[in-house]
Amino acid sequence: MSDIRPEERLAAALARLIIDPAAPPARHIAVGAASPLPAAACWLVRKQGHPVRLSLLHRRSGNPFTEGTRELFDLTGQGRIDLFFLGGGQIDGQANLNLVGTGEWPGREVRFPGSFGSAFMYVMAHRTILFREEHSPRVFVEKVDNISAPGVNAPGVFRRGHAQALVTGKCVFRFHPERARFSLLSLHPGETVESIRAATGFDFDVPAEVPRTPDPTPEELALLRGPVCDEMLETYPEFCARVFNRKAAA
Amino acid sequence: MTPTTLEAMAASVPDGALVALPPDNSLPSIALAKALVRRGARGLRLLGVPVAGFAADLLIGAGCVAEIETSAVSLGEAGFAPRFSAAVKAGTLVVRDCTCPAVHTMLQAAEKGVPFMPLRGLIGSDILAHRPDWRVIDNPYADGGDPIVLLPALQPDIAIFHAVMADAEGNVWLGRRRECATIAHASKRALVTVERVVPGNFLEDERLAPGTINATYVTEVAVAERGAHPVALLDEYGFDAAYVADYARMAKTEAGFATWLDREVFSPRAAAAE
Repeated sequence: MSDIRPEERLAAALARLIIDPAAPPARHIAVGAASPLPAAACWLVRKQGHPVRLSLLHRRSGNPFTEGTRELFDLTGQGRIDLFFLGGGQIDGQANLNLVGTGEWPGREVRFPGSFGSAFMYVMAHRTILFREEHSPRVFVEKVDNISAPGVNAPGVFRRGHAQALVTGKCVFRFHPERARFSLLSLHPGETVESIRAATGFDFDVPAEVPRTPDPTPEELALLRGPVCDEMLETYPEFCARVFNRKAAA
Repeated sequence: MTPTTLEAMAASVPDGALVALPPDNSLPSIALAKALVRRGARGLRLLGVPVAGFAADLLIGAGCVAEIETSAVSLGEAGFAPRFSAAVKAGTLVVRDCTCPAVHTMLQAAEKGVPFMPLRGLIGSDILAHRPDWRVIDNPYADGGDPIVLLPALQPDIAIFHAVMADAEGNVWLGRRRECATIAHASKRALVTVERVVPGNFLEDERLAPGTINATYVTEVAVAERGAHPVALLDEYGFDAAYVADYARMAKTEAGFATWLDREVFSPRAAAAE
């Protein structure tokens, strides 16, 4: 098997979180405007034989909904979306997400595109996996400048789910909503607890033993490079060319 | 049904109007956005349903927009919307940040003719903190202690989008992109550009009827071939990534944007192509 690409390791790490038996079941997963890696992880889970329904919101042809994009939010409002993915221009130690911008509201310093559906989806999906490849103190901050979507709510506020984990280019954090803190779950190759501390603006818990993020298995790699890439080619041609060295047929 | 012209349609949009636009994956009328730039529209208040893209960035850059209410402004894979970002930094644009289901819910309240509708989520977000027009009440159907957000009905003055075709009765067909139906239902007027006008009545065809917007909601139709370009139109034509990437590159600066406008919007060739 040729060298493992970082994207392949991240896709496999995301896939393991999706099927984590300790998390609520993932029967219907929606993948939004996030990077193609969450989509690759979902396809990997599907190609491994898990019977999940995938609603991919950015497919170029077709669209899972016939009543317009509000259908995603209506499904989520009813509790029929088990898992969603979110990122953020800033993410803080309480899992608050900032997709609005830095500086004064509404992002007078650096304006990001905007909150999209995060202020609803993060609260109403059964769980959310946070994904942000850039692991730096400018992204992972002690306190976000503006809260697009809160990591936790005050007691008594209706909330169906929280962040399950935060997957970055350097490590995987688990989120603990009861204490509103992250803990280190695994380190990607070459990283140490100290290197993560140096790259992270927020404080987090460190268990006695922090394992290495596992390599994708040969079976996972074969699926990613074959049938997963086949499914992704139309929607994410640039990603497939870069990661899997595959070009869409003209 | 007699179609109007694109330029007459643009002339019918008054300065200061509240204009609802679908995002780049849901049939915006780029042709009408360009015509609004040519007519020199001013003070428009845009509503992104539920987010905004190429058309909004173009209108903002050309000085047509005073305010925008939206859940995001983005050029998708081409990155941040450059003229929107510049206007936020300069403080020349009023931005009312929203979240996607809130836009849909406010429009659905307008569709139903009710003054407000509730929505879950939002509590704890700074979006809510910056929206004095959104209220939190205690759910009157619970035993107390269940706060929930109320959103006011939002009725745009004008809905603008692009459809595949119109029929002899003035019905328009756009398939499953039903957010365009929502904004047409909720708005006072709907201005729709189409690729072509065909004979007959879509509502007499069981296969076309579910993807049709009834002429009741359609104020004017204008023919604009490739009117969504560079955005994709269902299975009629694809997304022109190179065109949007070129725009994103040029619109990084005010001068580059002006050059782009001259070439793509104001030149006689560009205007004739619309």
